[in-house]
Amino acid sequence: MKKNLTAWLCLLPAIAFLGVFMVYPLIDVLVYSFEEGYNFASQSFWETGFYNYSYVLHDPYFIQALKNTFIIVIITVPLSTGIALLISLELSSVKVLRDFFQTVYFLPYVTNTLAVGLVFMILFKKTAYSDGLVSLLIQLFGGPSVDFIDGPYWAKMFVMCFYTIWIVMPFKILILTSALASVNPMYYKAAQIDATPKWRIFYKITLPMISPMVFYLVITGFIGAFKAYSDEVALFGTDLNAAGMNTIVGYVYDMLYGNSGGYPSYASAAALLLFAIVFTITTINLMVSKKTVYYQ
Amino acid sequence: MKIVLEHLTKRFPNRNKKIKEDVVAVNDFNFEIPDGKLIGLLGPSGCGKSTALNLICGLEQPTEGKIFFGDTDVTKLPPENRGVGLVFQNYALYPHLTVRENIRFPLENLRGKDKLSKEVMEEKVLEAAKLVQIQELLDRRPSEMSGGQQQRVAIARALVKRPQVLLLDEPLSNLDARLRLQTREELKRIQLETGITTVFVTHDQEEAMSISDTIVVMKSGVLQQMGEPQEIYDEPVNLFVAKFLGTPQINVFEGKIKDGNVFIGNSPVMSAENYNNSEKEVYVAVRPEGFIVDENGPLSCGFINREVMGRDTSVIATNSAFIGENIRAIIPSEEEIHPVNNTVKFSLKPFKVRIFDKVTEERILL
Ligand SMILES: Nc1ncnc2c1ncn2[C@@H]1O[C@H](COP(=O)(O)OP(=O)(O)O)[C@@H](O)[C@H]1O
Ligand SMILES: [Mg+2]
Repeated sequence: MKKNLTAWLCLLPAIAFLGVFMVYPLIDVLVYSFEEGYNFASQSFWETGFYNYSYVLHDPYFIQALKNTFIIVIITVPLSTGIALLISLELSSVKVLRDFFQTVYFLPYVTNTLAVGLVFMILFKKTAYSDGLVSLLIQLFGGPSVDFIDGPYWAKMFVMCFYTIWIVMPFKILILTSALASVNPMYYKAAQIDATPKWRIFYKITLPMISPMVFYLVITGFIGAFKAYSDEVALFGTDLNAAGMNTIVGYVYDMLYGNSGGYPSYASAAALLLFAIVFTITTINLMVSKKTVYYQ
Repeated sequence: MKIVLEHLTKRFPNRNKKIKEDVVAVNDFNFEIPDGKLIGLLGPSGCGKSTALNLICGLEQPTEGKIFFGDTDVTKLPPENRGVGLVFQNYALYPHLTVRENIRFPLENLRGKDKLSKEVMEEKVLEAAKLVQIQELLDRRPSEMSGGQQQRVAIARALVKRPQVLLLDEPLSNLDARLRLQTREELKRIQLETGITTVFVTHDQEEAMSISDTIVVMKSGVLQQMGEPQEIYDEPVNLFVAKFLGTPQINVFEGKIKDGNVFIGNSPVMSAENYNNSEKEVYVAVRPEGFIVDENGPLSCGFINREVMGRDTSVIATNSAFIGENIRAIIPSEEEIHPVNNTVKFSLKPFKVRIFDKVTEERILL
């Protein structure tokens, strides 16, 4: 009994901290999301029900944000993981200047997001003085002038995905190169003696052996991409709804603090919808991983 | 398939970057491994055994020299085209695959006209599994098996394609003593059953002696001696080989040859008729079983202790001419020792005594 007491005492700070900053807000959000017509000033509401959810789900801005988020997730997670894997494989096979290349690939990770955003602006933004480097390049090859920041939806989405992939790549390369380096070379020797074709070595040996890391990157990649917001602001500014580039988290933020803000109930409902989505996707991921990921 | 090594040499740039000189891991190897034999490649750690093995299987390219399998020059051939099976010290079983999948792996790599049907593959897997007696373990993962079982799987995987040459790099060193004994008998049986030319690397002289048809002793990349186990034990060409083989180790004394006699210290222990005139400083090495307790024996030693083994008895003794800790003599258990004033006297069996030059440490034939 006394031992238990000590244990609880030791746990107390952690529990208190988690309680105040995690559990209580979570419950609060849940409660908010079901309180219809909540009024900040009077702290009152009309009744409880699903109206907030219904409102959010019928709000064209939310639908737009949902669509944007899904496009970003579906494009950037597989692409960034795949490209990072290719680069890591390439990196682990070069001998000369390996450290140099590793540093180069890691630089974006220690660079400020906004600085990267600025570089992207120079590359892609059309101003009164310049069409943006990429647009100029397209024109050089006889293409039309494209405004990637203020132009058509596909162009903006292209820059958005490009930017997201660029930002997450260094971390993935770092993880994957160390995962590849940790595979015991004797497996490759054994495979070589057995005349294993290159693609089969990759598919049958390398990939299973680094699968826990790949899986980790996919799961955190999904979660990160679903929570995307700051990257959008870095490229398109704070009025994402107007740019048509809002994300779910952006929508939640706007509902709370934006120009049209002050609706904690709608924000809570949207946040919980996001939670449901992330939860479902992660569960599916875990189920798939049970079959495909090998843990030593 | 016989294996012929011609002037085989492998140099590595030194791992310690400060030392410019290359490491010669394998130095001018010239020998032939006869078809269907089991060769033990024996030497202390770091002497280049693994490198020699890697050269034979093609994982390393020689700096100089040639390798022939039969009459074919395979020096430039990549490992996958040499038809060798290799068993690693740590087995190198793919941990995410079952035993069956591991053994089948080399077969699945066959393409084109060599491609096998599923049924044939399964048949071959079963055959290999049977050979190493692991039929019941086929659906396990490597992590669910003991070291000995993993070792068998590794051997089965190396044998499933029926290689012409089987190479084993310290295959038993990760097993406990009992399993090591059992597995090495098993290895010998498998080798005899398949008749595959086998090269077996080990630093354990007992292991090498017990299963090899021929032993190759090497030191610092240089081949010291090649021959049948008994021959190497009885007729070592130099002090290193004499000391490396046999437990307890051979007893080495400072000595000289003078006036037709071999001396340990100042005691003449046996005759050397061919050396009448010249005096020569030598090492006198006596196998533990070469001592006879003899009241009138010429070699007088300080008695320390006796260790009863049951089958025989170890006598621990000292002598001022002895190099090392203590003399270990092994005598039959029925013989009695009566040290007088803590002194025990020995005479020596001449065919258990070997003389080596003090400078070159080469064998001197009497
Ligand atoms: N890839 C390598 N690069 C540099 N030196 C090496 C390399 N492989 C082996 N050596 C050196 O060659 C010598 C023989 O090594 P090895 O064949 O592994 O010995 P053994 O198997 O007998 O213990 C050692 O001195 C080792 O340091
Ligand atoms: Mg070795």
